[in-house]
Amino acid sequence: MKLSKELTTAALAILVLTVVLGIAYPLAMTGISQVLFNTKANGSQIKQDGKVIGSQLIAKPFTIDTGKKDSDGNPITRPDPKYFQPRPSQTDYNAAASAFSNRGPNSEVARFFFRDALASYLDLERKYNPGLTAAKVPVDAVMTSGSGVDPDISKANALIQAHRVAAVRGIPLDRVDKLVAEHTDGRFLGVFGEPGVNVLELNMALDKTT
Amino acid sequence: MVQGFVQIALFFGLIVAVTPFLGGYMARVFRDDRTFLDAVAGPMERFTYRLLRVDVSRGQDWKAYARGVVFFSLGGWLLLYLILRTQTLHPFNPEGFHSGTWDLTFNTTSSFVTNTNWQYYMGETTLSYFSQMAGLAVQNFVSAATGIVVAIALIRGIIARRSHEPFLGNFWQDLVRACFYVLLPISIVGGLILVSQGTLQTLGGTVAGLARGPVASQEVIKELGTNGGGFFNTNSAYPFENPSGLTNLLEMFLILCIPASLTYTFGRMVGSRRQGWAVFSAMAALFIVGVVVVYLAELHGTPAQHAAGVHTSAISGSTGGNLEGKEQRFGIAGSTLWAAVTTVTSCGAVNAALESFTGIGSLVPMANLAYSESVFGGVGTGLYTMLLYVLLAVFIGGLMVGRTPEYLGKKIEAREIKLVGLGVLITPLAILFASALALGTKYGAPSIWASARPQGFSETLYAYMSQANNNGSAFAGYTGYYQPNPGNLGAHGITFADLVGGVTMVGARFIPILFVLAVAGALATKRAAPAGAGTMRTDTPTFVALLIGTVVLVGALTFFPALMIGPIAQGMTDRLF
Repeated sequence: MKLSKELTTAALAILVLTVVLGIAYPLAMTGISQVLFNTKANGSQIKQDGKVIGSQLIAKPFTIDTGKKDSDGNPITRPDPKYFQPRPSQTDYNAAASAFSNRGPNSEVARFFFRDALASYLDLERKYNPGLTAAKVPVDAVMTSGSGVDPDISKANALIQAHRVAAVRGIPLDRVDKLVAEHTDGRFLGVFGEPGVNVLELNMALDKTT
Repeated sequence: MVQGFVQIALFFGLIVAVTPFLGGYMARVFRDDRTFLDAVAGPMERFTYRLLRVDVSRGQDWKAYARGVVFFSLGGWLLLYLILRTQTLHPFNPEGFHSGTWDLTFNTTSSFVTNTNWQYYMGETTLSYFSQMAGLAVQNFVSAATGIVVAIALIRGIIARRSHEPFLGNFWQDLVRACFYVLLPISIVGGLILVSQGTLQTLGGTVAGLARGPVASQEVIKELGTNGGGFFNTNSAYPFENPSGLTNLLEMFLILCIPASLTYTFGRMVGSRRQGWAVFSAMAALFIVGVVVVYLAELHGTPAQHAAGVHTSAISGSTGGNLEGKEQRFGIAGSTLWAAVTTVTSCGAVNAALESFTGIGSLVPMANLAYSESVFGGVGTGLYTMLLYVLLAVFIGGLMVGRTPEYLGKKIEAREIKLVGLGVLITPLAILFASALALGTKYGAPSIWASARPQGFSETLYAYMSQANNNGSAFAGYTGYYQPNPGNLGAHGITFADLVGGVTMVGARFIPILFVLAVAGALATKRAAPAGAGTMRTDTPTFVALLIGTVVLVGALTFFPALMIGPIAQGMTDRLF
């Protein structure tokens, strides 16, 4: 008898707490957030001509279709030299299904990945940065991020790419550098986190000014 | 590097600063004293008791209290399993996701009911908003509350003063108060701060290829309750969960604040704040060593990066180091501090890929798991596990000086020490047994070869260390069987890994809880003796050192041979596999 009462209490408890914590709480939070922080709560969307093209917080690739296809039938793309390039992504910047790259520290496969990433970065940038060597390539340019959609690159990475972007667009380098500085997020309170340059916002600002 | 250490030091300072306030508040909550939230939470609390038809003025002995824990968790398990298996019938499913398979759902359900949040499932591609909110997030609250109240029951057992009825409190009252006075208010405030920084909180579906959902309300309790199950597959590395340096700080703070503060709650409830700070100091020492090691390790690149010709030293405008699997906005310091925070506690949320850490860097999360959640640990679980170690240290210390061991006036005798020993050893046993099963049988062995030998071994060992410690972080390359493709889609449909993992989580969560409550029950019946000249003091640096020694001895040495084969082997060589 007593045992069945305890079981009933347990069942009631989980049901009541589900209603409070699992339905009332998240819905109330959604309501408050939608009113107070509408833009942020909905994903800090970036619109172009009234259409959502992405989010301030999520990296997007800036590539050109080469017209060729690989053996799986997927189009082969190359980085668009007019634009700043985000960090490499193991998920091809997929914002609907994220995954880690899981490259172990002593992995032979990882070595090939890093070697190729380094080579393609140097390929793209060296023309515009005479004297650019592996020693000057910042780590974020050749290593994939955790989320696969890291919106930021390091300042060092942005300043190297600025040479290319300025040359291809035919605008003065100091104007590009100024835009880079404007789109660099500092640390919280000057202490927490690392500075990063938001690639999508920077590229949109570039398009607007030229 | 200096900048990184400043971040780490300030973060820790923040934790030390909040401990007396939150700890003192929780002591008031669980002593049923007045709090500033009474006006709001009080009516909710009383209304809940009416709905449950419980009389919370009636105390429970340890067996009744344990029945409450077990029945409530069982009820939660069944409801969550049902929700995940009938996902197609519920509202808030804008993507029209299917229901889970039986084996994966078994694992996920066990994972959330045990406060583990091991993620074999993929959040944004398989779970509806309803499953996330009413299923997973509810367990994020109540499994955390369960951990807290078991710790509180143990404290009550220690302070019980020779009553005829050795009561540990009332489970239902403690559960409801933990939810309504501690977890929910902090979640509301913290969640809104997260949203203000860019964490999502919407019921709208995917827009322009961006998966969305009610993230912040779940993110905040996932950290606060040391649960760790992310809305998105890459967890707190994903910008919609953790968008900035500020949110990274806030989330780390949320993870550590309750486990740290509970030491103070303990001190207040036993009537000696020094006792609380002694426990805190032992935890802090082990934590700080871990943070420093992992931060320094990750400032260097990996052998694979060096072999590829990548230079990983700092240059102007870049910190250098091993940034593979880490986000630019957190950097090396923000990612390594998080890794230490999430593995000392039983949180397991990650903001970087642990698998991609250097060999020595990944040794730290593993060593933290080897301490069995005693270094701050999960909410509540950390304190009660550490108190088991305290009793063990008192016993060992007593034997060394030749006195009857006693703690806070209670004699520690054969029965208690047997229960303590079992409680401490269950988790390591579960880990070694499950890992051996996975490594030694044809069902699990191929995963070693799929991921470059020592790394494959580390993945397997870590998977069971994480699940048995109810942590939930992963070397995410582990699939339990084989690597379906290099992109890694997790262990979907790998029944073996789902089942072994699920059983490990449940066993290593509830069996120790039963031993802890049994210890509480045994202590509650004892007559308290005043401390005399012959009493070994337990609030001195000497005792803290003895306690640290006990934790390291039991925890780390149990796993030393296994750690040699995995992370240490990789940390000592530049060879690639």
